[in-house]
Amino acid sequence: MSGALLSAEGLDKTYGRTPALAGVRFSIRAGEVVAVMGPSGSGKSTLLHCLAGIVRPDAGTVRYDGRELTALSDSARSALRRQDFGFVFQFGQLVPELSCLENVALPLRLNGERRKAAEAKARGWLERLEVEDVAGHRPGEVSGGQGQRVAVARALVTAPRVVFADEPTGALDSLNGERVMTLLTDAARETSAAVVLVTHEARVAAYSDREVVVRDGRIRDLAGVA
Amino acid sequence: MSIGHTLLGLLETGPRHGYDLKRAFDERFGHDRPLHYGQVYSTMSRLLKNGLVEVEGVEPGGGPERKRYAITEAGVTDVADWLAQPEKPEPYLQSTLYTKVVLALLTHRSAADILDTQRTEHLRLMRELTRRKQDGDLADQLICDHALFHLDADLRWLELTAARLGRLAEEIGA
Repeated sequence: MSGALLSAEGLDKTYGRTPALAGVRFSIRAGEVVAVMGPSGSGKSTLLHCLAGIVRPDAGTVRYDGRELTALSDSARSALRRQDFGFVFQFGQLVPELSCLENVALPLRLNGERRKAAEAKARGWLERLEVEDVAGHRPGEVSGGQGQRVAVARALVTAPRVVFADEPTGALDSLNGERVMTLLTDAARETSAAVVLVTHEARVAAYSDREVVVRDGRIRDLAGVA
Repeated sequence: MSIGHTLLGLLETGPRHGYDLKRAFDERFGHDRPLHYGQVYSTMSRLLKNGLVEVEGVEPGGGPERKRYAITEAGVTDVADWLAQPEKPEPYLQSTLYTKVVLALLTHRSAADILDTQRTEHLRLMRELTRRKQDGDLADQLICDHALFHLDADLRWLELTAARLGRLAEEIGA
């Protein structure tokens, strides 16, 4: 898998007696958007969690930029997630007590950046995501579409090398969903970030460069089928 | 739908007379549009001429002679090529895809591969339309959206069919 920024080999993961992943192989290059598709319960979110170092697989390896993620300590993996990875979930998962601006600045503050510099960068990303007018609002005071754009801004503010997006438009109507996908993929391509996009929607997957399908914990890489 | 390929696919499950072929076709794929006898015999003579089927035996009867057709090696290859080829995404595609899936199950090929190949083709077109939409004006966007929603509906059907392959195989006795 030469040229892969993030790759996985032989991933197994079982929850209780339920196998979620079985011998999964995956790879993504810098600047590439890969859609991970499949029916509910097929294991696609588990794959994302293993790739992002959130969940430790029972067997197999995950390599990121030449390092074996599965061999790192918990604290080293947490640092990597803060510095190199960005996350967008179905429901923004913004901190309700903070303003939208503070939410976007938060990952930078956690990485030790000073408030002023962090908020300046955050404001730039809110502008880019076309939600600068809600900077002072709390997440509960903005629409679902605006909240999700704030969440995308928060995921991209640290200039991550990999963005993990789990059903990022799942809670949005078509128009807002499209706008979020356009802004997310444009920004990621511009910064050469890789995007692992988990979705069950073909119209969302159409923003990717290629797709893999997870069924019953196994991957069918469609590039090999056609 | 390609009647020639469908008849060939049915023949791959075993040699048959023209009449049996028509009956099998009508039963599985004819729905409200049964094949005409003329269509079956003209198709079979074309397949015969092209070396895709051969006459395995002739039974004299009260009426016309009954030819028993068998698929040739070239015919088997032709069916495999047709099944492996994705269809051009267009309206009413389901009847062709359904036929391909059933024939794949009957001839013990991978029906899931057929659905996945088709999914890839649909998504390739959806990517193209999405790019065109992003670069285009409002008219482009509306036109592309119409096509995208239709392709999306096809894909949902493909997904649902993939989830039901086991049951379908049982029902058709494959």
